[in-house]
Amino acid sequence: MTKVRIFVTYKQSVFDPQGETIKDAIHTLGHDDVKDVQVGKFFDVTVDGSKDAVEKTVKEIADQLLVNFNMETYTYQVMEED
Amino acid sequence: MKIAVIVFPGSNCDVDLYEALHSVCHADVEYVSHKEKSLDGFDAVMLPGGFSYGDYLRAGAIARFTNIMPAVIRMAKEGKPVFGTCNGFQILTEVGLLPGALKRNDSQKFVCKTVPLEVVNNQTIFTRQYKDHERIALPIAHADGSYFADEQTLDRLEENHQVVFRYAEENPNGSLRNIAGITNERGNVLGMMPHPERAVEALLGSTAGLRLFKSLLETGSAKVEE
Repeated sequence: MTKVRIFVTYKQSVFDPQGETIKDAIHTLGHDDVKDVQVGKFFDVTVDGSKDAVEKTVKEIADQLLVNFNMETYTYQVMEED
Repeated sequence: MKIAVIVFPGSNCDVDLYEALHSVCHADVEYVSHKEKSLDGFDAVMLPGGFSYGDYLRAGAIARFTNIMPAVIRMAKEGKPVFGTCNGFQILTEVGLLPGALKRNDSQKFVCKTVPLEVVNNQTIFTRQYKDHERIALPIAHADGSYFADEQTLDRLEENHQVVFRYAEENPNGSLRNIAGITNERGNVLGMMPHPERAVEALLGSTAGLRLFKSLLETGSAKVEE
């Protein structure tokens, strides 16, 4: 079994209103050093199969469901393998 | 013309849509559950507003996987009228029947009010009873209504006259190019964030949405030729 974390965010070119709002809130804390905040979400999925099969599954579910490529993009990271 | 109103778990404007068609327009309309697999016998299909599947993942993303959706897609491909308002619009973009996506409002707020709109294209089966560039006002009620598409797609929409409604005066959600409603290239699929079904009787405060349904019902042939 392999645990994979899939991160989904808006594309760089897409305005992220949540990120902007949170950045403004951070500035009211006095942290003007924070220049940008991007909000995203992650999915921890546990997948059965070989390394190649797991990556194939992750790409398929990201492409077909987890990500809307009109506005979003994704990365993933293998968390645990056993 | 026999019209189907699809009911998803979390739909909450299905009754509004049904009554606009049934009580006000005296149309032949039936509720169809998302569990059904067929739309045989129907000439048009409408996807209501609401929060199908709790807006989990993204608004409209899960409704795409319901039993009924292949039949909806089939009707769209056959050139029959397909209409989605609010969550229905979000679903139509998620299934790929309409280009682009609806993202979180720029204000981060749920916006519920009546907004001025311009009818940009009155040559569609849904808008024939409006005047060219007519100003109307319709209610909106959404948190994820900011229309987004890349520049190329936006240019193509404008060139093909697929932008049907635009926000006039103010842009309530950050939609690119003030887009409030679009059709597919063929013109038989319309998605819009405003709610025409909530503006069909004077008692509701406005009848500005009524002509959308009448345009469709009174045009005779429902099918849009390629």
